[in-house]
Amino acid sequence: MRIILFALCALLSLAAAAQRMSGTAFMGPSTQAMQRDDSLNPAMLWVKEGEAAWRRSDEGNGKSCASCHGDAASAMRGVAARYPAFDAQAGRPINLGQRINQCRVGRQSAAELPAESDALLSLESYVALQSRGMPAAMPDDARLQPFLAHGQARWQQRMGQLNLSCAQCHDQRWGQRLGSSIIPQAHATGYPIYRLEWQAMGSLQRRLRNCLNGVRAAPYPAGSLELVELELYLAQRARGMEMEAPAVRP
Amino acid sequence: MARTLIKLPATARRGEVIEIRTLISHPMETGYRPGADGQVLPRNIIRRFTCRYNGETVFSAELFPAIAANPNLIFHTLATESGKLTFTWEGDNNFSQTESAEITVTG
Amino acid sequence: MLAKTGPSLKRRRLLAGGAALGATILVRPAAAAPDELAAAVQAWTGGIKPTPGRVKFDIASLVDNGNAVPVTVSVDSAMTAADHVAAIAIFNERNPQRDVARFTLGARAGRARVSTRIRLATSQKLTAVAKMSDGSYWSDTVDVVVTLAACIEGES
Repeated sequence: MRIILFALCALLSLAAAAQRMSGTAFMGPSTQAMQRDDSLNPAMLWVKEGEAAWRRSDEGNGKSCASCHGDAASAMRGVAARYPAFDAQAGRPINLGQRINQCRVGRQSAAELPAESDALLSLESYVALQSRGMPAAMPDDARLQPFLAHGQARWQQRMGQLNLSCAQCHDQRWGQRLGSSIIPQAHATGYPIYRLEWQAMGSLQRRLRNCLNGVRAAPYPAGSLELVELELYLAQRARGMEMEAPAVRP
Repeated sequence: MARTLIKLPATARRGEVIEIRTLISHPMETGYRPGADGQVLPRNIIRRFTCRYNGETVFSAELFPAIAANPNLIFHTLATESGKLTFTWEGDNNFSQTESAEITVTG
Repeated sequence: MLAKTGPSLKRRRLLAGGAALGATILVRPAAAAPDELAAAVQAWTGGIKPTPGRVKFDIASLVDNGNAVPVTVSVDSAMTAADHVAAIAIFNERNPQRDVARFTLGARAGRARVSTRIRLATSQKLTAVAKMSDGSYWSDTVDVVVTLAACIEGES
């Protein structure tokens, strides 16, 4: 009896796990091709810039990223897959873009790069590329627990004039249509993304703020802890799924 | 300087048809789109693309606002001889950028 | 803790600007669009009506987003010095202007096949026309469905 129950549980969790689908699965074939092929993916223009920026030492104290980290392909391998991460200095989780800025200010004596700037997105997409193909691997860090709980609560909370929660669309109605768009499951494994709607590169926070505007809620400010907590919950929700950054999305 | 990505084979056999893929970062602002203040943003697009093979034009394109932002172009050319391929994008606001690549043609 | 909702003024501005943040749609009488498309084609061919055929216009029939739609135009041609594609032009029916792109090829092209990404303001027909070295014109026409993004995203 116990064996049957165990088998049933295993099957159900397998089914649930098997049901997790990347945003890629909800796109048309030509958009998928755009993401799959580095010679078609516009995000690779940002990656190319990020690769050059990694080695530049013409700012601040003259240190480049490479001065401390060396070759990004080895040093940054798997890093984006572990973000957002707890930052002891800040006493809270931070996302990859914030970590890059922390390095710039703290180690390179250089100015912070503005959120959604080409300069920051270039470095972010170059670093994120080094985790492509690896499983999302947010660590089990006890210090993250209270922030994770906030993020999950926020995911399930109705917001805005439309009074919708993230969960209502992306957990309960994925695959159905909102207007003419198919609702994806919203696993953030491809960020930063080249979004066709933006005709540009953008971070997960940009997308979250857009969604909040979409339900007619005032969006949390860029860089806010509320948004990082949501990013954190999304990272845990997607744990084990393949990293696709830098992805293309409609 | 706009960022560009160019993909083509480094070597080819004489008479072989090669595929060239180009990508360039450019907003391709159509001239029809209102900005945040409601005023129409002025047109700012790449209008011409030219590929020269050892100085001779082998492919060119006239682009209009209907071409997407950060445009890509994929075209073909006959590998005739070793030498230099240049790629020139020109457009509004005196935009002009040229990139080049070497090709070795054997046989 | 609920997120604060925006003031109604911001909402009105969002609604006014939102539709225009994506592609602009100009409304014109339904009958005019195909005529204008045909006129644009014939302006390029010097009055000659292209023969349907030899040209293949590859595009998704339902696009994910009208801002960037991958297209490939290929023409059946041996691409010899004596017989080749001299030029390819793409025209649209319902964007603010009819021209999309004009490509100059020639015998050195080796293969008459060009790909790029285009903008489509709304569902419409597109025509690709090839000019051959013997002066003949050939074409292919496709019908594409374009939908708008579901949410108005605001300036973010």
